[in-house]
Amino acid sequence: MTRRRAPVPRPAVALAVLGAALFVLPLVGLVARTPWTALASALGSPEAMAALRLSLVCSLSATAVSVVLGLPLAWVQARAAFPGRALVRALTMLPIVLPPVVGGVALLTAFGRRGLVGRWLDEALGVRLGFTTAGAVLAETFVAMPFFVLAVEAALRGVDTRLEDAARTLGAGRWRVFRLVTLPLAAPAVGAGALLCWARALGEFGATITFAGNMPGRTQTLPLAVYVALESRPEAGIALSLVLLVLAVAVLVGLRGRWLGAP
Amino acid sequence: MRLDARVHVAIGGLDLRVELVLGDDQVLAVLGPNGAGKTTLLRALAGLVPLDGGHVALDGVVLEDPRAGAFVPPERRHMGVVFQDGLLFPHLGALDNVAFGLHCRGVPRAAARERARAWLARVGLAGRESARPRTLSGGEAQRVALARALAIEPTVLLLDEPLAALDVSTRAAVRRELTEHLRGFRGVRLLVTHDPLEAAILADRVMILESGRVVQDGPPADVTARPRSRWVADLAGVNLLRGTAHGERIELGMGGTLVVAEPADGEVLAVVRPRAVTLHRVRPAGSPRNVWQGEVVSIDDEGSRLRVSVGGPIPIVAEVTRGAVAELSLAPGVLVWVAVKATDITSYPA
Repeated sequence: MTRRRAPVPRPAVALAVLGAALFVLPLVGLVARTPWTALASALGSPEAMAALRLSLVCSLSATAVSVVLGLPLAWVQARAAFPGRALVRALTMLPIVLPPVVGGVALLTAFGRRGLVGRWLDEALGVRLGFTTAGAVLAETFVAMPFFVLAVEAALRGVDTRLEDAARTLGAGRWRVFRLVTLPLAAPAVGAGALLCWARALGEFGATITFAGNMPGRTQTLPLAVYVALESRPEAGIALSLVLLVLAVAVLVGLRGRWLGAP
Repeated sequence: MRLDARVHVAIGGLDLRVELVLGDDQVLAVLGPNGAGKTTLLRALAGLVPLDGGHVALDGVVLEDPRAGAFVPPERRHMGVVFQDGLLFPHLGALDNVAFGLHCRGVPRAAARERARAWLARVGLAGRESARPRTLSGGEAQRVALARALAIEPTVLLLDEPLAALDVSTRAAVRRELTEHLRGFRGVRLLVTHDPLEAAILADRVMILESGRVVQDGPPADVTARPRSRWVADLAGVNLLRGTAHGERIELGMGGTLVVAEPADGEVLAVVRPRAVTLHRVRPAGSPRNVWQGEVVSIDDEGSRLRVSVGGPIPIVAEVTRGAVAELSLAPGVLVWVAVKATDITSYPA
């Protein structure tokens, strides 16, 4: 007589349960401690509304910039052969693993008032990025765009180049091939990448506070507002956190398991 | 209409060098084993693989000449290409696939769709306009691919293994339709295939390509009657021997001598049809001029007849009846006498 073996040994199952609990318990805590009765007033406060509005503006702007710049970047990385491509790819992906606060410091050294490019922007054009809403958008783009590029590049690589050849023999130039064949075939990944990118931009904290500061109405996005509110009015902080949680869950539903091009 | 090309392309291990002049009065099949460079040749003509040397010209207009820096991109060559396994755009329906080229050429949307609809009807797919490629059968997909290539009314039609992806039953039907469309097409027609039957049926000129070089070029019957390579000889099912002729005697490169009926001098190829090779247990007396002893290597079943490979001074394949095999008790390892009449050997300059 043989006992049917479980696919995974028991100690591993126990550890897996512990690991899952690590994710589940904080969510339960957040929901349990949410001041449901005072939720409307907590979220309806002018500061909360301002943070929410600013967060939407900044994260959507960052996503738009990521799409406009990230799509060509992914296209070049997927199709063009040039020396140093591996290096460019690595640098593009760096913000994913870089501590966001370091990203903020790096942005300051480049685009701050005394930064490499920032000084010139200030003197020549009178444009200041540090500690402005535009700076918050830049910080969020810096951190979030790699997710978009990564997803789209993988999808573009997956498009059969022979289909592009077929389109060319039918009279389509390179732009038209991209617009009518390559992009539609990669469209699901472009959508998923943009959603992922938006979610990352929405939650951005470290680079934003370092590079753009924490000014209500100008650079104080939702995560920053949560951090500030937790010290003075914890229930407001929890309420705002709940908003971010709901948005995050919505993104997951929207991705429907399509994570970085995985089926 | 005249396509004039000298193609030199070196990619990977392939060094392709082909000279080709093709009018609109014949269908050319480029035939050869896998890896010979057939598809690369087609892609080079279409502008999808850049030439390393040579030129491609259509009616005297140079489309590509790397030395002169001339390159007309594929989208402006006006060549219709039918690719292996169709390569339909998976995100577009059948009608939009066919209308794609017209749309790219600036035909207004409504007119493009109308013409595409007519083309779909001509390949027998009326009513399948909105079908997505993944819902089409292999034969339907290949018909859409043909309609898509023809819809742009190209001056050159290039087909890359158009029937290779189809199952046997569909292949015959699509081949029949393809024959008609090829016949009705006014322009240069070139077909790439590894299937000799397809070449013989669809084309009236065959170019044999092996390892990037043209081995033979001519009408299908001539090519198989006078094979110039082992691959073609196997295709035609004949024995091919190479040697030096001194009058009626051919000294074979592998050793041994053949006597032929028509005298010649110099390097020659000799073809012996397997049916002309007779096998005997004792040395045959009388007329055959070529007699030697060998050992049966293998016996292959070919339906009503059997192909017997005989090793020895001149390795050769004989085609004999089942009765003969039984009567002679032929089996691998058995020693036999091989006889070939001088008049059954065709020889021609190598």
